[in-house]
Amino acid sequence: MKFALKILKDFPAYLWSGWGAIASIFLFIAVWDMGNQIYGDLVLPSPIETFKTLSLMLQDKDVLTEINITLYRASLGFAFSLVIGSALGLLAGFFITASMMSRPIVTILVGMPPIAWIVLAMIWFGMGDETVIFTVIVASFPIMFVGALQGTRTLDGDLKDMAKSFKLPWHMKFFDVYFPHIFSYLFPAWVSGLGMAWKIVIMAELLATSDGIGASLAVARSQLDTPTALSIVVIMIVSLMFIEYIILEPIKREVELWRD
Amino acid sequence: MERLEVKNLNHSFGFTEVLRDINFTLKKGQVLSVVGPSGGGKTTLLHLCANLLDVEEGNVTNSFVSTSFAFQDARLLPWKNVIDNISLGLLAKGMSKAKSIIESKEIALRFGLEENDFDKFPKDLSGGMRQRVSFARALVVKPSLLFLDEPFSALDIGLKKELQTILIDKIDKKEISILFITHDLMEAIRLSDEILLLKSDPGHIVKKFSYDLAQKERDDKYVYNESAKILQDEEIISTFELALK
Repeated sequence: MKFALKILKDFPAYLWSGWGAIASIFLFIAVWDMGNQIYGDLVLPSPIETFKTLSLMLQDKDVLTEINITLYRASLGFAFSLVIGSALGLLAGFFITASMMSRPIVTILVGMPPIAWIVLAMIWFGMGDETVIFTVIVASFPIMFVGALQGTRTLDGDLKDMAKSFKLPWHMKFFDVYFPHIFSYLFPAWVSGLGMAWKIVIMAELLATSDGIGASLAVARSQLDTPTALSIVVIMIVSLMFIEYIILEPIKREVELWRD
Repeated sequence: MERLEVKNLNHSFGFTEVLRDINFTLKKGQVLSVVGPSGGGKTTLLHLCANLLDVEEGNVTNSFVSTSFAFQDARLLPWKNVIDNISLGLLAKGMSKAKSIIESKEIALRFGLEENDFDKFPKDLSGGMRQRVSFARALVVKPSLLFLDEPFSALDIGLKKELQTILIDKIDKKEISILFITHDLMEAIRLSDEILLLKSDPGHIVKKFSYDLAQKERDDKYVYNESAKILQDEEIISTFELALK
């Protein structure tokens, strides 16, 4: 509770520090507009036109439903891989044999291109929710798993001895000694897992479903509707930036205050 | 009567024998130090006594009601501020949060920390400050037996003296017993009632030295004199390989 209040208290200062980022985004939009002036509307619609299309789209009920469908798939897949990946990673980290055995399997999972998973999932589950959710899970699971595994494997033996010498009860050992360390590995893994989930969900939808933002992107492509395609890209990027910079980054700063 | 008794203690790591046939008794109120060259098994011996390592052969019986440990490096929790680090041992004993914070602040001030240091994380403290916090954490639980693992070795002489004075004061009031390992003979002579000399490969006790004068009465002259005397001892010369080659 105290912690949440501290995050809220520091939030305005954090936002104020964002001017540099905003300036760089505007610079990016300027370059985009230059591209429009060189290549024309069909190849690269101007930012103004894109944002106009975007605001029209956001007033459309159908589009909002598509966004909701995608959000549902992404968050379900993300939540699954977060829970399973973190739990299995922790478990594997506590046993040397398990961590040694899981290493090559994780390498296989990380190395396997998501597009290959989508093809397999389409064969296994057909076209629909399951295919997308499954792909999201297999793509972001290894990231969470490795984060949890490394967090547990790198626990400091010296601090363990210290905890033992003060006869800390198990709950203090966990919450005061182990957890903060593990969490400092887990949290960044969750953040990159989230980014991964959001990218993969669009790709899987584009190939395997007839609804969701990814499918809308496929429709826009087939109709050569570049403004709509760009608007969808903007939706994806803005939502990811919102989650990352407005929600996760302030938490991360508070959590990692003790770091060098 | 509270005591720490070590009987026929042997220890090996794999096929390497580290300690052989260690015997000693530490009685309440006594300060016992183990000196010897680095890598001679001192830390292993201390960890066995403090139950940080499992005893494989022999016996370690510890009947002291409470113990705590000050390590060579501070070993603070990097994600906790000064006060939360100090209060760790108190909370582990089941003291309430509020009370443990009051006691921790009290001892922090006594150990030369300042009020505006209390909220700092270990990364923002100097090495000496960290060691003060570590000492405060070990002593705030009022242990009847304190294990010290060369805690002064990285400190400047001023801070070393300051922390030793606090210990000598407690020794004088018979509040504490100490098992102390070091490779610094002067430090050992200043603080100990009895010094055990641990020769390495494998670690075994070759000689005992006793000092009867109360710690509070020992001035620099006494310590220098006794150090000079002990440095003439043949066992010391051979253990620390002091003879000119």
